Amino acid sequence: MTVCLLIKLAVILVLIMSRQLHARRIEGVDKNIWVEFTQLAADYQVVNLGQGFPDFSPPSYIQEAFCKAVNGGCSMHQYTRAFGHPPLVTILAKFFSKVVGHDIDAFEDILVTVGAYQALFCTFQALVNEGDEVIIIEPFFDCYQPMVKMAGGKAVYVPLRPVSRGKALTSADWVLSSEELASKFNSRTKAIVINTPNNPLGKVYKREELQLIADLCIKHDVVCISDEVYEWLTYDGAKHVKIASLPGMWERTVTIGSGGKTFSATGWKVGWAIGAGHILKHLKTVHQNSVYHCATAAQEAVAVGFQREYEHFGTPESYFLQLPERLQHKREKLAACLESVGLQPVLPEGGYFMIADISSVKVDLNDPSTQGEPYDYRFVKWLIKEKGLATIPVSAFYSPEHSKDFENYIRFCFVKEDSTLSSAEAILRNWSNGK
Amino acid sequence: MITRNQASLVQLACNRKVTILLSFQFILCQGIMTSSRHTNSKRIEGLDKNVWVAFTSVAADPTIVNLGQGFPDIPPPAYVKEGLANAAAVDKLNQYTRGFGHPALVKALSQVYGKVYGQQIDPFKEILVTVGGYGSLFSAMQGLVEVGDEVIIIEPFFDCYVPMVRMAGAKPILIPLRVKTNIVSSADWVLDPAELASKFTSKTKAIIINTPNNPIGKIFTRDELQMIADLCIKHDTLCISDEVYEWLIYKGHQHIKIATLPGMWDRTITISSAGKTFSVTGWKLGWSIGPEHLIKHLQTVMQNTLYTCPTPLQEAVAQGLLRDYELMGQPDCYFSSLAVELEGKRDRMAAILQDVGMSPIIPEGGYFMCVDVTSLNQDLSHMGDDEPYDYKFVKWMIKEKKLAAIPVTAFCGDASKKQFEKYIRLCFIKKDSTLDAAEAILKNWNS
Repeated sequence: MTVCLLIKLAVILVLIMSRQLHARRIEGVDKNIWVEFTQLAADYQVVNLGQGFPDFSPPSYIQEAFCKAVNGGCSMHQYTRAFGHPPLVTILAKFFSKVVGHDIDAFEDILVTVGAYQALFCTFQALVNEGDEVIIIEPFFDCYQPMVKMAGGKAVYVPLRPVSRGKALTSADWVLSSEELASKFNSRTKAIVINTPNNPLGKVYKREELQLIADLCIKHDVVCISDEVYEWLTYDGAKHVKIASLPGMWERTVTIGSGGKTFSATGWKVGWAIGAGHILKHLKTVHQNSVYHCATAAQEAVAVGFQREYEHFGTPESYFLQLPERLQHKREKLAACLESVGLQPVLPEGGYFMIADISSVKVDLNDPSTQGEPYDYRFVKWLIKEKGLATIPVSAFYSPEHSKDFENYIRFCFVKEDSTLSSAEAILRNWSNGK
Repeated sequence: MITRNQASLVQLACNRKVTILLSFQFILCQGIMTSSRHTNSKRIEGLDKNVWVAFTSVAADPTIVNLGQGFPDIPPPAYVKEGLANAAAVDKLNQYTRGFGHPALVKALSQVYGKVYGQQIDPFKEILVTVGGYGSLFSAMQGLVEVGDEVIIIEPFFDCYVPMVRMAGAKPILIPLRVKTNIVSSADWVLDPAELASKFTSKTKAIIINTPNNPIGKIFTRDELQMIADLCIKHDTLCISDEVYEWLIYKGHQHIKIATLPGMWDRTITISSAGKTFSVTGWKLGWSIGPEHLIKHLQTVMQNTLYTCPTPLQEAVAQGLLRDYELMGQPDCYFSSLAVELEGKRDRMAAILQDVGMSPIIPEGGYFMCVDVTSLNQDLSHMGDDEPYDYKFVKWMIKEKKLAAIPVTAFCGDASKKQFEKYIRLCFIKKDSTLDAAEAILKNWNS
């Protein structure tokens, strides 16, 4: 009788387990800092230096281009070519051939995606098999890790480290150890993901640093996934170098770009992957079996934008020169403010963001709802709730194994109107004075 | 290129057999090193072919009358276009919005579908906005279908269902709609109940239904949906209901949501499309509606695939929905007026085909019509044996008659190809001049 019961229970258990509702591939990738923190920022009245989007408008010529597309013929509202609207891929090929120094085929070497995010997804799904290893340099844009996981891959982390604690004043002072990096490559390594300019740190990898990575990619026959969404945003004359332009790298690199970051229109969600046709064709297969087409009008507008930039490249009218110039000043303004209130900013060489060391600031984090969370998470939530200022905790950009070492940084987005930055400044000053 | 070490090894091996063996191993290694790393992942093996990639570029020639791919060449309603222009003029609406769906849009959807379903629908927990109906299908598949699961698909089916099921590592189980003689309408195509029941096994995770159906235009009746529902409940199976043509229902028929049948809300994901609803296929916005315990898994997929959909487009769809919500049930409501307009085109298309001796299947819904081309007696033996008849026919027709359609075997599995290879699919959501041009070609067929 007991045996019967036990057998029945075992059968029920097996049935329950085998009828799990969700697919295993989404296990462990359900938490997301953006969902959590954008909700918080929305719930409280905040000055928002958290999520990375401009609070100023895109350049007027691109807004006009979008309106023109909307009011254009019927075809602007119907399906376009699945792998990318012909005017867009044509101008991207023309533009980037010049930048990369390689003839890019508009129809073979480019895939247009729903933001750079989807380009990343297509890349991982196209190339990573169960058990493949993917090297991720920390701190990393948080989506790389769950995307690798969802593709059944194993993330292998290698951190950028500040050359000497307390003296790492700019993102250039955060470097890779070449031995440590080399040790991460083995026969199971399928790809390495690099992000330059980097989110959240702002590091702009130098040619020598990219050469180090390139040498390892070639030696181990590894694909390089290069997330370059902030490619036009470099400061103090720092030069953005495309790893795909290094010898031997075009045939093994997928370079990812973003219309949203390029034209300050993050809500348009137009991105692209550029690379050798024999790799891009696999990304296309994923794309045609997942979303298939991207919105036509937005692609048309981005194409017009790039055409204009092609004509003005290197001149003062170029948005790609105007925007970093504008942002350089904002970067300085925020850094000065953070320093003046005892936070230690790491001056970014590029990108949208600045991280600051909060070690020297002592606050009483007595919010029971954040008990047990990492220090920077608790600090950021306290800052939102008590001071009305939204930022993002930097340990979210680290692997579980290393995040404990980086709980003393928070990330600020400075791509905001001066008035927003001034409001943030006021909050910080009041707080500092009140101490 | 031989390295020094390898060359000296070869030299040392005096024995010829060893030399040959080493050379062979060397060649093998080189082959492995250059080919294995940059090949596709296993999950997309064999999924690179696609009927649209094959046919849409062919039909892009402006001299071809294109009744192939399913998109309107009639303009979207003016207020929809205006909505987008207005949205793009607002700074905030050019930046990221909520990942699972722009608040204004999910609230509008909750209103519209709350009315349709006759129940409260939580805009934040029971709705996910996706990149077209396609994106909803993908999110549902990736979120809910496991490697080794079985997914039942009714033929003919919108072609992406099979590769999506395979990409999720699952097995498509196909069952054809079958027809008795005298095929007049899409209603004549039915499922065999015993055959359907036999397809459900302990491995069946989901069944995908599409009503109105693409390509046939069938609208599943309440009884047919009940039969499917009974099996879903009996076997604890999920239902993915692709209802992108939900508003394109012709006189005498009613669109029924399987999710409204008893016991089905908790196990159904219902998919819709702004593109098909507002004649803006190039906006690529769609949505999934379902219970929180299922939608949350689609949301997880969304946050790990593309994160958020474009903002101004979502705002414009929200405004469009709110405008039509006020008019629901009235002739001015676009949901009804488009159906009335298309019914006229459907009837015209059918008459054109009948006039030249063909037998169209009159669709109860949607904007496609399938037609049996046997009566045209087109000898295509010169085109070889490696493709089904309808593929050869469509290619020949595009080239020789400058008229594009889609072969219906693109919508079925291998086993059913013989059953469907005499049909081609025509899209009739086209302006009058396009239909005039098609008529002229068909009238002059034998000249």
